[in-house]
Amino acid sequence: MTTTSSNRIVINTTINGEPIEFLADMRDSLLEALRERIGLRGAKEGCNNGNCGACSVMLNGRLVNSCCVMAAEIEGAEVTTIEGVASAEGLHPVQQAFLEEAALQCGICTPGFIVATKALLDEHPHPTEEEARFWLAGNLCRCTGYDKIIRAVLSAADTMAK
Amino acid sequence: MQALKYARAASVDEAVKMLREGGPTARVLAGGTDVIVQARERRRQIELFVDIKHIDEVMSMRMEPRGLTIGAGVPLYKIYGDAQIARHYAALAESTRVIGGTAIQGRATIGGNLANASPAADSIPALFVLGAVATVAGPNGRREVPATQFCTGPGVNVLLTGEFIVSIFFPALPAHTGTAWERFIPRNEMDIAVTNAAAMLTMNGETVTEARIALGAVAPRTLYVEAAAAALAGKPLTDASIAAAAVAARDAATPIDDMRGSIKQRKHLSGVLVERTIRRAAERARA
Amino acid sequence: MVATPEKPTYKVIGTRPIRPDGVDKVTGRAEFGIDTRLDGMLYGAVLRSPHAHARIKRIDTSKAQALPGVKAVVTSADFPDVESGTLDLGEGSANPKWLVDNVLASDKVLYHGHAVAAVAATDPHVAEDALALIEVEYEPLPAVLDVREAMLDGAPILHDDLRTAERAEGMHADATKRTNVASHLQLKKGDLEVGFAAAEVVIEREYETSMFHQGYIEPQNASAFWNKDDELTVWTSTQGAFSVRDQISAVLRLPVSQIKVVPMEIGGGFGGKISIYLEPVAAVLSKKSGRPVKMWMSRDAVFQGTGPTSATYSRVRIGAKRDGTIVAAHAYLAFEAGAYPGSPVGAGAQCAFAPYDIANQVVDGYDVVVNGPKTSAYRAPGAPAAEYAVEATINELAEQLGIDPMELRLKNASREGSANAVGAPWPKIGAQEVMLAVKNHPHYLSELHGKDTGRGVALGFWFNGGMESSSTATINADGTVMLILGSTDIGGTRASLAMQLAETLGLTMDEIKPHVVDTDSVGYTGVTGGSRTTFAGGWVAYELGMEIRRQMVERAAQIWGVPVGQVAYGEDGVIVGPVEAGNERHMRFAELAGKLAATGGMISVSSTQRKNTAGPAFAGHIVDLHVDRETGKVSILRYTAVQDVGTAIHPSYVEGQIQGGVAQGIGMALNEEYVYDAEGRLRNASFLDYRMPVANDLPMIETVLVEVPNPGHPYGVRGVGEVPIVPPQAAIRNALKDAIGVNFYRTPVSPRVILDALLPAD
Ligand SMILES: Cc1cc2nc3c(=O)[nH]c(=O)nc-3n(C[C@H](O)[C@H](O)[C@H](O)COP(=O)(O)OP(=O)(O)OC[C@H]3O[C@@H](n4cnc5c(N)ncnc54)[C@H](O)[C@@H]3O)c2cc1C
Ligand code: FES
Ligand code: FES
Repeated sequence: MTTTSSNRIVINTTINGEPIEFLADMRDSLLEALRERIGLRGAKEGCNNGNCGACSVMLNGRLVNSCCVMAAEIEGAEVTTIEGVASAEGLHPVQQAFLEEAALQCGICTPGFIVATKALLDEHPHPTEEEARFWLAGNLCRCTGYDKIIRAVLSAADTMAK
Repeated sequence: MQALKYARAASVDEAVKMLREGGPTARVLAGGTDVIVQARERRRQIELFVDIKHIDEVMSMRMEPRGLTIGAGVPLYKIYGDAQIARHYAALAESTRVIGGTAIQGRATIGGNLANASPAADSIPALFVLGAVATVAGPNGRREVPATQFCTGPGVNVLLTGEFIVSIFFPALPAHTGTAWERFIPRNEMDIAVTNAAAMLTMNGETVTEARIALGAVAPRTLYVEAAAAALAGKPLTDASIAAAAVAARDAATPIDDMRGSIKQRKHLSGVLVERTIRRAAERARA
Repeated sequence: MVATPEKPTYKVIGTRPIRPDGVDKVTGRAEFGIDTRLDGMLYGAVLRSPHAHARIKRIDTSKAQALPGVKAVVTSADFPDVESGTLDLGEGSANPKWLVDNVLASDKVLYHGHAVAAVAATDPHVAEDALALIEVEYEPLPAVLDVREAMLDGAPILHDDLRTAERAEGMHADATKRTNVASHLQLKKGDLEVGFAAAEVVIEREYETSMFHQGYIEPQNASAFWNKDDELTVWTSTQGAFSVRDQISAVLRLPVSQIKVVPMEIGGGFGGKISIYLEPVAAVLSKKSGRPVKMWMSRDAVFQGTGPTSATYSRVRIGAKRDGTIVAAHAYLAFEAGAYPGSPVGAGAQCAFAPYDIANQVVDGYDVVVNGPKTSAYRAPGAPAAEYAVEATINELAEQLGIDPMELRLKNASREGSANAVGAPWPKIGAQEVMLAVKNHPHYLSELHGKDTGRGVALGFWFNGGMESSSTATINADGTVMLILGSTDIGGTRASLAMQLAETLGLTMDEIKPHVVDTDSVGYTGVTGGSRTTFAGGWVAYELGMEIRRQMVERAAQIWGVPVGQVAYGEDGVIVGPVEAGNERHMRFAELAGKLAATGGMISVSSTQRKNTAGPAFAGHIVDLHVDRETGKVSILRYTAVQDVGTAIHPSYVEGQIQGGVAQGIGMALNEEYVYDAEGRLRNASFLDYRMPVANDLPMIETVLVEVPNPGHPYGVRGVGEVPIVPPQAAIRNALKDAIGVNFYRTPVSPRVILDALLPAD
């Protein structure tokens, strides 16, 4: 991390497996840096204070709200965003399940839900409905009433178990 | 977000130096779940963030015969995810498991919860009944501050410029001791407690040998309700003694009316939650 | 799914294909309004009023202007003067003068969070810093926040020139009286006095509902570039690109031909993304700076400054015979409009008694301004509050008469031919079908176990909208069809419209490629709202399909050299000619598409349709819940939503609409509300404290799709998106009565309210 003049800093980090170096303002949150400096706009700003989960990303293997992380904190860290969930071969089973179960309407919450769901299934491959709802309680969806989202989560768990 | 700088401390001493040089507008950045939002909303004047999460001691957790030490930078999920903690310090596991949601718990810390000194902070009642002690480092070396004496009012604590919490120590609990924590929120997650409570009971057969009761969101700081404990200690645990403890809790509560709850509601909930936590703590003490 | 015998069998309609825009949305690639990125763009930010009501005495922007990085600052002085008038917004209408005043306050601020000034800077942090440097001198004025207080003589007046518009027969407004009551309307049918005189039981109750926010997760946003030739392009997240274009045109006095609105993907709307907020501000900032400007609202600004739905006060009086026949009904509805007139009280008035055939009824509606944000449409605007009051009263009536609540409703059900609130006959409706489906549902028939548990039912009605839609369909040489749409896709309309075109053409869903385009690239299209998009857009898709079929038949006839009359378009997408030498001539759609270029050119057709045959929708909900008497906490145990959906084009998205509406309704019933302090400042402008349902607040939501096809649509579509938000408040309130024996008369019934009812008074 190099501090330049004024409030700018150069940050070296790894995003979706790629080493990257970028210039940020010391005031930038990780969300702002991803969206406005780096151009990865899959993580969304729904509230900017930790209450909606639309900005969910993985930081060093852990689910976090990128609006509640300073950009400067990711120096030397590993970040995975929604853009890093699908592989060159195709969609991740969680993404496929969201499509098949119609688990999105407007889709603004979807990147956050998919990142959070992947984190859930990586840690608890066979969640109950209750566990899935509890894990995802920090991700707001206003369109679906969560029904189809939870079905997609449970169905992705089944697929991944096979 | 107000204009501020970010600095990363590699050791306790470096953190102390940065905080001292930064003065009153320097702030520890632990999980950031309170302080980043406060800086963004300009609710506190902050000019420097000192990130303490690259200090080994701050990030470590140790279970020893004398007790449990949790580094101030350890995120909540590691706390409630630890089987030993869930067993021996149930109130701590219960309170940390519901602070924010999963993503918040990936970052938030009990050091931050305590230092932030919100009257509704969820882990603080647990810290109170577990007899937690904060290890504070500062320009003049280290000192120990019991959790019960740490917060001095809403958003303020005993720390002096240059000081920060390195870790929090939880003494080993006597045999036949049970603890429990509970809060009331209107939703099932992602809410600030209308009221929260924790209880610790040590039992000898059906007799309570020691009791501790704490209550949050009903006063400018978390309450250690001696009168509720006194209603239980040295007596067999009965519906009547539990009811007396609940009444003592209700009487001790001096809540305010705000958008999150009314005086009447909070006073009433004080009794309900104290009763519920006592019953669950007793069950655990007997097990 | 329950379907009436009229429903034909379809090939594509009723299936559940993966939506065309799905992959973009699950991979984070879809470009929402907040994702707009333009070369050289500046970031805009808005300064908002800390007061609920104040005169603006002075605004000094010089310090902000001087901050390095700041490229433009605007206030209302930078906007042209606009005249009063009426601008149709699709769901509701607006007066351009009020609209522009809401966008940036002129002489007074009328609510906490009212926009006052804006800046554009090279960096978002600089823009924010600049706001702090703008000096505004306010003269605070007394504020009025409650509808009943605002109606009192002597209440603080918001608009000096406002007079009550009287829309009741035989009533005349006072042209000299300053008032906050913008209008009074009255709907009348039969003779109320005669009706009540004949009643054996009369019941009258009062209700209140809070302000509720739509709560879409994507905040309002707009990006704009004003070119040197006065051509303005706006990228925004909106329910209606054309409506935005027309509103911008009205407030900036710029011809529509010079405005292009590019609808980005939209992260939820529910009626709240029809009105403009940031769009003209970004435009003027761009004009002043010469650069593109992007803006989006912070969440607190969304709560403070964008349209919630009206808080309401209502009184309902119902008279019935002992046998349950309802003979008279009166509703008094007073709706807060927020800072400017225009609450949905009119729609609420028409919906109030819609499920019932009541010979004598009157509904009085009042539209009242208060010092709160200008309300805007929210899912079935006006209906939830009005029908909550009626459905709660009906429940008490059923109890008083000792009649099963569904029995009572069925006895009085509206049906085809009976008269609605304005005396017109109902077309084919599914009111009775829905009521029967509720009454016979295993949920309703099941026994409810457990202490402090309760069950409630309630009905809902919504008109559904028609309005205008346009599309173009172009055949590609490989037989695929591009479907160009003017409707923004909030919840799967690309899919539902492509499916209807596929059905018409006998093609598969994969062969239709839907795309949403800007206002320069398609014909006029109304908002995605009013549950109209699948209905009206479907009509267009059908017309496009029929025209393509006609032209394909013509072309085949030409190729085969036979009269057009001998060629037919088969339902499986095969064009069939007359038999020649014992062989039937036929060409698959794709085969013929490949020949088009060489036989006279490709085929492209456009259509604009405006149909007034939208089919009204009825819904009936059943809820089981449990109350924790010690804490006042309510747990929803089971929820079943029955709805007449006409025809479910894509059943998954129909179910999703219903489940989403139910979730919002549960939020209204239990926890969501606006909390203001005594000075009129909003205290809970965050997701944390506004308390929308989270994933573990809700159970799975069972849906029952009743299909009573709408005869006014080629595929029987009715529109499904809005009515599911109507019944939950009353259903839950009625279930609470069953659980703990208390009738509540306000929503939300939060734990605090329940405890207040259960605990002894102090
Ligand atoms: C969406 C959301 C939901 C939340 N829900 C809850 C909830 O349910 N219950 C609850 O109690 N809280 C809740 N919080 C608040 C917050 O998450 C907790 O208080 C959390 O424990 C704070 O820890 P942190 O590590 O993130 O603190 P930070 O934000 O890093 O710090 C908080 C304050 O403590 C100081 N500080 C931090 N660490 C130290 C240290 N080691 N020494 C000295 N000072 C220090 C900081 O300088 C700052 O002033 C919520 C927050 C959000 C955003
Ligand atoms: S934007 Fe980060 S949690 Fe809402
Ligand atoms: S799909 Fe719109 S918010 Fe979840």
